[in-house]
Amino acid sequence: MKIVVLMKQVPNKDAVLRVRGDGKWVEEGDLSFEVNESDGYALEEALRLKEKKGGGEVVVCALGPQRVKSVIKDALARGADRAIHVVSDDFGQAGPFSAAKVLAEAIRGESPDLVFAGLQSDDHGYGQTGVIVAELLGLPHATIVIEVDWSGEQLRVKRELESGWYQWYTMQTPALLTIQSGISQIRYATLKGIMAAKKKEIREVQPAVGPGEGEFQQVERVYLPLKQKQTQFLGDGDAKRGAAQLAEKLRTEARVI
Amino acid sequence: MPNGTLVFIEHRQGAINKTSFEAVAAAQQLGGEVTAVVLGADAKFANEVSDLKVGRVVSAENPKLADYTPDAYADAFEQVVRARDPRHVFFPHTYQVRDFAPKLAARFGKGLISDCIRMKAEGDAVTFTRRLFQGKMDADVVAVGDGPVFATFQSGAYRADQAERGGGAAVESVQVEVGEVRMQPEAPFQEVKAAVDLSKTDVIVAIGRGIKSQENIALAQRLAELLGGDIAASRPICDAGWLPIDRQIGSSGQTVAPKLYIALGISGAIQHLVGMKNSGTIVAVNKDPEAPIFDIADYGIVGDLFEVVPVLTEEIQKLKG
Ligand SMILES: Cc1cc2nc3c(=O)[nH]c(=O)nc-3n(C[C@H](O)[C@H](O)[C@H](O)COP(=O)(O)OP(=O)(O)OC[C@H]3O[C@@H](n4cnc5c(N)ncnc54)[C@H](O)[C@@H]3O)c2cc1C
Ligand SMILES: Nc1ncnc2c1ncn2[C@@H]1O[C@H](COP(=O)(O)O)[C@@H](O)[C@H]1O
Repeated sequence: MKIVVLMKQVPNKDAVLRVRGDGKWVEEGDLSFEVNESDGYALEEALRLKEKKGGGEVVVCALGPQRVKSVIKDALARGADRAIHVVSDDFGQAGPFSAAKVLAEAIRGESPDLVFAGLQSDDHGYGQTGVIVAELLGLPHATIVIEVDWSGEQLRVKRELESGWYQWYTMQTPALLTIQSGISQIRYATLKGIMAAKKKEIREVQPAVGPGEGEFQQVERVYLPLKQKQTQFLGDGDAKRGAAQLAEKLRTEARVI
Repeated sequence: MPNGTLVFIEHRQGAINKTSFEAVAAAQQLGGEVTAVVLGADAKFANEVSDLKVGRVVSAENPKLADYTPDAYADAFEQVVRARDPRHVFFPHTYQVRDFAPKLAARFGKGLISDCIRMKAEGDAVTFTRRLFQGKMDADVVAVGDGPVFATFQSGAYRADQAERGGGAAVESVQVEVGEVRMQPEAPFQEVKAAVDLSKTDVIVAIGRGIKSQENIALAQRLAELLGGDIAASRPICDAGWLPIDRQIGSSGQTVAPKLYIALGISGAIQHLVGMKNSGTIVAVNKDPEAPIFDIADYGIVGDLFEVVPVLTEEIQKLKG
């Protein structure tokens, strides 16, 4: 049993974003990075399946510059067996198709039983890469998966639908699943895991296609969203004064007290 | 020359999904010939939308389309796109579309311009605007290269009631081929009825990741109690198991519209906003002045919620006497 997990590194959620000089992306110099939220859950689910099956291999694959190694090392420390790092500085703004193409080629030779991706990246938010990888590898897929049952021969997955609805699918394997956050509680890396990770293989490969190749969408301009609503800001930077003013407004203007 | 726009009309659980009409409105505003596309075992749902003011309604039919699956939908829709050679193919950005449209686009060697919030056309040049970083930045995007441009629109980007009606469009049934379907869906279901029904409460104090730890929830809980309201949360709080899932607000949780909604340490991602944007008075407390939640807030405090909430609680206590 082999599961490949696609893991992306994205800017920290709390990062203060500034538009880059050329207006086409954000300034990355002053950012710190972390693993994409749903990808962390994807890894956790892969590790749990391996433990349940009592064997097999979990392989992490990430595309990005050298800084992406921190995501890879953390995944290895949590229990992934080895990693493939597609090293490139040029895919930061790639569209979903070219990213998927590179990822698909990087893992094709692995012939995994399952491929897991996150359901959406927190930076570009395309929500597509996993599905395109599935198509390129000829695999069936299911998206927004919130439970995986692979105890027997058959793969059964629970998909989240909108507004509180769910649906089970029975799938052929090999298959690709995009994992929804919250599928299970994420473990922390232990000291032992961190030590063990040092000996695990990280294979560096080159992207199979160039960054602009076959690009179908191009970013013209990145900017702060235009505000639509007139928000009354209270306290003028003084949180406590703001709170006092708010209490008063809630009584006199909004009349909810 | 490819021209015109195909619009995907979604049906799920036996009914047309109304957000499809938002994509129709987008296509109509773009101009040119608009074709609505409905997939199904028969023309039942296609007939339901024949009052749209569109050039025609294509009903792509195959018995394997009776239940939605990504394999069957991608096969069927691919044939419609190839036969009609459109310039644009529009979809509402629903979970179903997220599931099959990237697969469809991949067969044309591309992806989707996904989750667009605006579109501007100048002559032949169309600029799409989509959100980045969970709503913290916007990006203007243009399509490059040949072939159809696949785009999806965020719920609320266009108004369904602006989709023009009264066309009396002809419904054109076409039989499409569907290859092997590698997944078998079971019937959709809801989890056992939520223990708390937040749609009835007047005041909601909602917490997000800014609350930092489970212990801190008590702070928000106290404020909620004082206001005679309920506590709720963004998804990460429920994912972490700090609050049960029936307290989650948003696209995969409950939809609420209380008189007062206080968002503490919630950034305001679209999947959260869709669940609460119709609330009466919206208050946001966030330390990031650019947090998207402020865009829908009536009152905002830029600051640390751990400073704001105790004072707010105390002041309200005083006012209540
Ligand atoms: C298919 C899909 C479905 C989803 N469904 C839902 C859903 O139903 N509901 C939902 O909520 N989300 C949903 N999400 C997730 C959504 O995209 C966001 O990731 C999520 O809403 C973010 O939660 P948050 O605002 O609590 O966290 P974050 O985005 O991390 O925001 C935390 C905020 O707290 C602020 N903050 C931090 N510390 C403090 C402090 N001390 N004082 C004040 N402010 C502080 C920060 O500035 C930040 O703005 C879904 C996503 C997808 C892809
Ligand atoms: N550069 C990358 N490296 C590894 N995985 C990626 C990369 N880009 C996207 N993915 C995977 O695809 C998922 C969806 O991304 P997106 O289509 O950008 O929303 C992510 O959650 C990852 O699992």
